[in-house]
Amino acid sequence: MNFFTFIIEYGPKFTSAAIVTAQVFCYSVILAVFISMVFGIMRLSKNFFIQAIATIYIEFYRGTSLIIQMFWIYYVLPLFGLPLPALLAGVLALGMNFGAYGAEVFRAGILAVPKGQWEGATALNFSKIKRMQRIIIPQIYPIILPPAANLAVELLKGTALVSLITLVDLMFVAKQINMMTWFSAQSFGLALIIYFIMARFILVPFLRWLEVLAARKVGRGKV
Amino acid sequence: MYVEWRWEWSFEILPQMLWATLNTFLAAGVGYAIAAIVGILFMLGQRTSYKIINIPTREIVEFIRSTPLLVQLFFVYFVAPQFGLTLSAWVCAMITIGLHYGTYLSEVYRGALEGVPKTQWEACRALNFSTSYNYRKIILPQAFPIAIPGMGNYLVGIFKDTPLLATIGVAELFFTANSIGAYTYRYLEPYTMVGVIFLVISLPTAFGIRRLEAAVNKAQGKVNV
Repeated sequence: MNFFTFIIEYGPKFTSAAIVTAQVFCYSVILAVFISMVFGIMRLSKNFFIQAIATIYIEFYRGTSLIIQMFWIYYVLPLFGLPLPALLAGVLALGMNFGAYGAEVFRAGILAVPKGQWEGATALNFSKIKRMQRIIIPQIYPIILPPAANLAVELLKGTALVSLITLVDLMFVAKQINMMTWFSAQSFGLALIIYFIMARFILVPFLRWLEVLAARKVGRGKV
Repeated sequence: MYVEWRWEWSFEILPQMLWATLNTFLAAGVGYAIAAIVGILFMLGQRTSYKIINIPTREIVEFIRSTPLLVQLFFVYFVAPQFGLTLSAWVCAMITIGLHYGTYLSEVYRGALEGVPKTQWEACRALNFSTSYNYRKIILPQAFPIAIPGMGNYLVGIFKDTPLLATIGVAELFFTANSIGAYTYRYLEPYTMVGVIFLVISLPTAFGIRRLEAAVNKAQGKVNV
């Protein structure tokens, strides 16, 4: 079968699957950003226990594979009486895994803010929370966005794994159509191309735009 | 519904899991060796001044880097036979991992070469060294330490991605856990043990790489980086 007739015949299926992938991606990004903020700040805490919790969490999630975490959440948690729907399990696994990587990025970003800014905020008698919220956090975006963009692409690639826990995403549909028709080159090729377009022409340009915006906000970019 | 952990049974399946861990090591090691070589090829392809070579190479690297390994695995596994190449699951897996991580390693190599100060190149030019002597004696000895942390991180990365190979039937650790689970309907112990085995191996490795990185930085006179 010609590649174009293949697209015309199975395009709609791939489109709806791509929407599922995009959904999983968006939910996971939200969770991952939240987790990385919380654990990134916890990692910097002076309190030993808070820091230990964050360190254990981060090392644990970075030390095991995403696929194992996902399978554990989806197949083992029900044995403890906590059955989760596939979407929630997938989003939880992705968000928590990439949150652990993101926490390190976030921590590095906070540490990279010049010391004078901390001292200045203290000199102006800002409270600790206000110092973080008004002075430090707004300055870290231009620092953390480039590594965060890499992580975002990795996260998008990671969403392919949710097909293994029965969620009907791009990879799942590609596998299904491959099994039905044996047009392997077309189905997996189309899936690859869609992933590539999502990463290269939608996600990366958007994050570059955010980077420029963030740099301009702190007065560092070309205006 | 509550399932309790059965210790005696976990010790019963432990030897089987450990044997499978050897296969995981094999997959990660061979995959890494291929990736290291493929990475050099990609890096050379991107660095040549011939536009006919470096533009396509760059696009191929971008494409491989921004698509999921899982889909690539299935692509190679199902499409290669249609062109008359019947490959075993192992061969497919090694090719795909090699290509996928080769692109990442090419970036590491490129960064390392660019990390060597420009004055070093200029000094070589001024001293009239030949290109091969220049690379062998001046540039590579300085570039290699810069590349070590990145290369180490991707070694751990490959190791953590080997469970994906189970999806096309490579009999490594995760595959074994799956088949034990399918055979006995107990998934708690096999999956948890896989997680623990991964943690036990990858944490010390990552720690070692961090130590190595610090040592390299110190040796290069970059303290506190």
